[in-house]
Amino acid sequence: MDTAKVEAIITKHNGDATALLAIMQDIQAEENYLPRDAVEHVAKKLGIPISRIYSMATFFESFHLEPRGKHICTVCMGTACHVRGAQRLVEQLERDLKVMSGGTSEDGLFTLEEVNCVGACALGPLVIIDGKYHGNTTSAKISKVVTGMQKEEGGK
Amino acid sequence: MTVEITINGVKAKAEKGESLLEVIRKYGFDVPSLCHHHAVEPCGSCRVCLVSVTDNGRTKLAASCNYKVREGLDITTDSEEIRRNRAMVLELMLAESNAPAIQKLAAEYGVTSSRFETEESKALAAERDGCILCGLCVRVCEEVVEVAALNFKGRGDKRDVGTPYQETPQNCIACGACAYVCPTDCIGFVEENGVRKLKKWNRELPILKDDAGRPVGPQFQLFYFTQKAGLPADFYKKGGGPAR
Ligand code: SF4
Ligand code: SF4
Ligand code: FES
Ligand code: FES
Repeated sequence: MDTAKVEAIITKHNGDATALLAIMQDIQAEENYLPRDAVEHVAKKLGIPISRIYSMATFFESFHLEPRGKHICTVCMGTACHVRGAQRLVEQLERDLKVMSGGTSEDGLFTLEEVNCVGACALGPLVIIDGKYHGNTTSAKISKVVTGMQKEEGGK
Repeated sequence: MTVEITINGVKAKAEKGESLLEVIRKYGFDVPSLCHHHAVEPCGSCRVCLVSVTDNGRTKLAASCNYKVREGLDITTDSEEIRRNRAMVLELMLAESNAPAIQKLAAEYGVTSSRFETEESKALAAERDGCILCGLCVRVCEEVVEVAALNFKGRGDKRDVGTPYQETPQNCIACGACAYVCPTDCIGFVEENGVRKLKKWNRELPILKDDAGRPVGPQFQLFYFTQKAGLPADFYKKGGGPAR
């Protein structure tokens, strides 16, 4: 990750070590994961041991230490979504994106993940793509969305 | 500020805010502990140090290591109820640890097998090699050695203790403090053929010999000392340091 970007994030939080969590979130928002060089830079800049940042990054499910795709596709597998067929959505997306749930497609474009309830059960089944909520969805509808995105990426 | 408390009927004096466990021990009473060491901040993770505390007329069982002493506490360190609760804590621990030290302490409380043992817990115990995730190694390395090579990883049943990115910690000075405080003796501190090893962290450092051919300590550790104390780089090589 570009050092200048990391620096800008640290400066935004006034170089405050107690803002570590927010800094980590901002880095992940930029890169979709926590690049190691960024972690090391933050540690050095804030005078925090890398061991502590690593510990925090592995404690919270929402942090990722491995690179993820350009687009993040999250299927809700909470109870309400599950009983409304979320499993079929996962299988459909696995086929469309050519990646197993939990992984990133070979071209680095899509990461497919599962989550247990995002608190919008009335909208189930639910898929979140790059922060956009696709509620009351079906295999056909969600397939259309991602294949559309794939075309757009391919057309560039 | 000095406060007065009662331990098993004996009047005791202590500093306000002191660790209750430390005070109990100072007065000669025996309370088991696994995750506590006087050199580091208490964290109360193992729960075997529990005692009965009466504060303002209310009685409860509490971990004593991270209980801050205050005026008027009335403490009981041994009773049927206390022993039963410590036994339960140890039975739970025994399901996930095969360390001889845990087996021994559990046996003292009449626990020789665990009702909580499953295939999964056995696999976990084997994987952790006895470690009870007490975090003493983490705290001593950060607070005393000031290297902070270690920390926890993950959470829940995936929680583990180790080094960042599970790699050999390049900042570890192989001082052995972590192995010294570890209650389960699972870190694996050995010295052989002029090399000091910490097996759990996969760290190996060659031992420096001084000009007279006497082994002094791991080279990188001595480098760390000379840097910290502002000594000449060849201080130990030239025979400096404590008499050998
Ligand atoms: S041996 Fe290494 S990991 Fe253990 S306390 Fe010393 S510096 Fe820390
Ligand atoms: S290695 Fe030892 S000191 Fe460290 S957490 Fe495990 S049992 Fe505790
Ligand atoms: S189960 Fe999907 S939002 Fe609650
Ligand atoms: S020694 Fe007090 S909780 Fe572990």
